[in-house]
Amino acid sequence: MSNAPRHDGWMRTTPRKSATFDDYAISEIRRAAATGIYDIRGGGAKRRLPNFDDLTFLGASMSRYPLEGYREKCSTNVTLGTRFAKKPIELDIPVTIAGMSFGSLSGQAKEALGRGATLAGTSTTTGDGGMTPEERGHSDKLVYQYLPSRYGMNLHDLRRADAIEIVVGQGAKPGGGGMLLGQKISARVARMRDLPEGIDQRSACRHPDWTGCDDLEIKIEELRELTNWEKPIYLKIGASRPYYDTALAVKSGADVIVIDGMQGGTAATQEVFIEHVGIPTLAAIRPAVQALQDLGMHRKVQLIVSGGIRNGADVAKCMALGADAVSIGTAALIALGDNDPALEADYQALGTTAGAYDDWHEGLDPAGITTQDPALSSRLDPIAAGRRLANYLKVLTLEAQTLARACGKSALHNLEPEDLSALTIEAAAMAQVPLAGTRWIPGAI
Amino acid sequence: MSATIDLKKTTTRDLNSRLQNESAAPAGGTWQIANVRGHHSVAVGIDRPLTIEIDGNTGYFCAGMNHGAEITVKGSVGQGVAETMSAGKVHVTGDASMAAGASGRGGLLVIDGNAAARCGISMKGIDIVVKGDVGHLSAFMAQTGRLVVLGDAGEALGDSIYEARLYVRGAVASLGADCVEKPMNDEHKEELAELLSAAGVTDVPVEAFRRYGSARKLYHFNIDNAGAY
Ligand SMILES: Cc1cc2nc3c(=O)[nH]c(=O)nc-3n(C[C@H](O)[C@H](O)[C@H](O)COP(=O)(O)O)c2cc1C
Repeated sequence: MSNAPRHDGWMRTTPRKSATFDDYAISEIRRAAATGIYDIRGGGAKRRLPNFDDLTFLGASMSRYPLEGYREKCSTNVTLGTRFAKKPIELDIPVTIAGMSFGSLSGQAKEALGRGATLAGTSTTTGDGGMTPEERGHSDKLVYQYLPSRYGMNLHDLRRADAIEIVVGQGAKPGGGGMLLGQKISARVARMRDLPEGIDQRSACRHPDWTGCDDLEIKIEELRELTNWEKPIYLKIGASRPYYDTALAVKSGADVIVIDGMQGGTAATQEVFIEHVGIPTLAAIRPAVQALQDLGMHRKVQLIVSGGIRNGADVAKCMALGADAVSIGTAALIALGDNDPALEADYQALGTTAGAYDDWHEGLDPAGITTQDPALSSRLDPIAAGRRLANYLKVLTLEAQTLARACGKSALHNLEPEDLSALTIEAAAMAQVPLAGTRWIPGAI
Repeated sequence: MSATIDLKKTTTRDLNSRLQNESAAPAGGTWQIANVRGHHSVAVGIDRPLTIEIDGNTGYFCAGMNHGAEITVKGSVGQGVAETMSAGKVHVTGDASMAAGASGRGGLLVIDGNAAARCGISMKGIDIVVKGDVGHLSAFMAQTGRLVVLGDAGEALGDSIYEARLYVRGAVASLGADCVEKPMNDEHKEELAELLSAAGVTDVPVEAFRRYGSARKLYHFNIDNAGAY
C-alpha cells in the first residue's frame, strides 16, 4: 500500500505546452499544411528583439549641466544631402516619413502622410509604385524612390522630386523584392505599374541596369546628370552588413544613407523573411557610424535610421548613437488610424484584433489605409489623419528634446553615445555603450 | 540650331546641361557629339525632339531616360543604353552591352549589332529591334512593349515575362520561366512588319520569325507552380 494521496492532482502533471512548439508555431504548421503556401503579411518582425528600450539616458549630474526644460533652446533641424547636391533638403525635425508605395497604401493615406509631414516640417517618400499627384501636391518635400522595379519611373517626376532614394533593400526583407497581391492591383495601380490588373505582382529584387557598387557609382552619376546635380541622392539599405554597406555607399557617391533594421515594416512579405533576415535596428547603427567615421564622412554623408521607431526616446537614442535623422513607417500609419481599437468589430470580422491586424496585402483594411477599395479608403479623412500625424511628429520631437536637454544638449545632434547606458548585455554589445553600472562594453565592432 | 560639342574640349556635365536646357537647345535642333571615348551618361534626360549624332563608343547609360530626342550612336554602347526611355528613338550602329533598353517605357531602340545579356529587362512599353543576337535573360520580367531579334536569343529568354511580345528570327537557346511560343496571327505579323520597317529592315519577311510571350501561369500564387521557378 502506498502512502500517496489518491486524488487526481497527484497522479497527473498539468498539461504542458511546448516552448518550442508554441501556439503560434503549431498554428503555422496547420496553416501551411492546409494551404501549401507560405504566410504573407504586412508589418515588421513581431518577435522580441534587442531594441531601444534596452538603453537608457544617463541625464545630467555632478559633471554635466542640464538645460531648462521649457526655456532653453534645443534645436532639431537637420540638413540632408550636403555632400554633392546643389539643393540639400532642410528639415525642421529629424524624423522623416519612410517610403510606402501607392498601391500598398490608398491615395487618401498618401495624401494624409504628405499633409502631416508638411505641417511638421519634414519630408515624405514615394514607394514602389511611382509618384501620385496626391502626395506630390501635399508634400512640401518629397523623396522619390528609385527601385529595382522602376514602376512608374519617369523623367518628369524625377525632376519634380526634392531628393532621390535608390532602394537597394529594406529591413523587413534585405535581399527581397516587393509584393503586391492581386486584390490591390486596381486599374489605377496597374496602369501606374504597367502591369495587368488583378495579378499577384512580385517586384524585382535586383536593379535592372546595374549590379555592384562600381556600377552604382555610375548610376548615381547618371541620376545627377539627369537632374542637374541638384537633388540629394539617398541610398536605402536593409540592415545586414551595415559597416561594409555603408562604406560602399560612401564609395558609390551617395549623399545620404538610410539603414533600415529588421523591425522595419513592409506592406507585404513572407513571414519567414520578415522574422528571419537582417539584424535589429539597434545593432546596425554603430557599425554604420563607424564606417562613416573611418572614412572621415560622419555628418558629411548623413545617416538616416529606421525600423521600429515608436517614440521620442527611440529618436533620441538613434541620434545619440550617431544617426542624423530617423524615418518612420508603421508608427506613421498608426497615427493615421491603422489598427484603431475603435474598429474592433471590423477587425474581429477579419479574424483578428486591433493591434494585431497585419493582413495588409488583402486590401480589406477597415481603417482605409492599406487598401485600394474606394469604399474603404474613403473612410480615411486625409485632413484629419494628416493633423494626427503632425501632432504625433510634434510629440516625437518634444520627447527627444526633453531627453536631450536632460543631457545638457542644445541640439539633438549633440547627443552622443556617452549619454547612454545599456540595460542588457546584448544591448551593450550592439550599441557599444557600457552595461548600466559598469564600464563594460562587450565585444568590439 | 546645329552645333558640334567636342568631349575632348568639354565635360559630360556641360554637354548634358546644354542639351537639357531648352533655351540652349530648342526643339528641332541637330547636335553632333565628337570624341565620346567611352564617357558614361552621354545625352541623358533630353525631353525635346532634338537630333543628336554621337560619334564613337559610349559608356554606361547613353541616352538614359530619353524623352523625345532622336539619338544615333555611331559606335557601340555600354551598359543600360536608353534605360527607362519614354519617347524618341535611339539607334546604335554597333553592339550594345548588358541591359539595353532596361525598363524602357516608350520610344524605339534599334541596335544594328548584338545586344548582351538582359536586353529589354523589365521593359514597360518600349520597342526594341536588335539586328544581331541577344544575350541570356533578355526580356527578363518584361512587362509590356515589343522586342524583335533578327539573330539568336541566349538562355532563359523572357523569364518571368508579363505582357511583352517577343519576336525572334533565329534560334532560342532556351525559354525562361513562364515564357512560351505563341502563334503568329495577322495582328502580330502586322505589328512586326511595322517594327521592322521603323528599324529600317526591309529585306526580312515576317514569316521568318517566331513569337514568344507569357503563359500567364505565374500571375497568381499557386502551389502547383512552385517548381517553375
Ligand atoms: C505599408 C508599407 C509599405 C512600404 N513600402 C515600401 C516601399 O515601397 N519601398 C521601400 O523602400 N520601403 C517600403 N516600406 C518600408 C518603409 O519604407 C520603412 O523602411 C519601414 O516602414 C520602417 O520601419 P517601421 O515601419 O518600423 O517604421 C513600406 C512599409 C510599409 C509599412
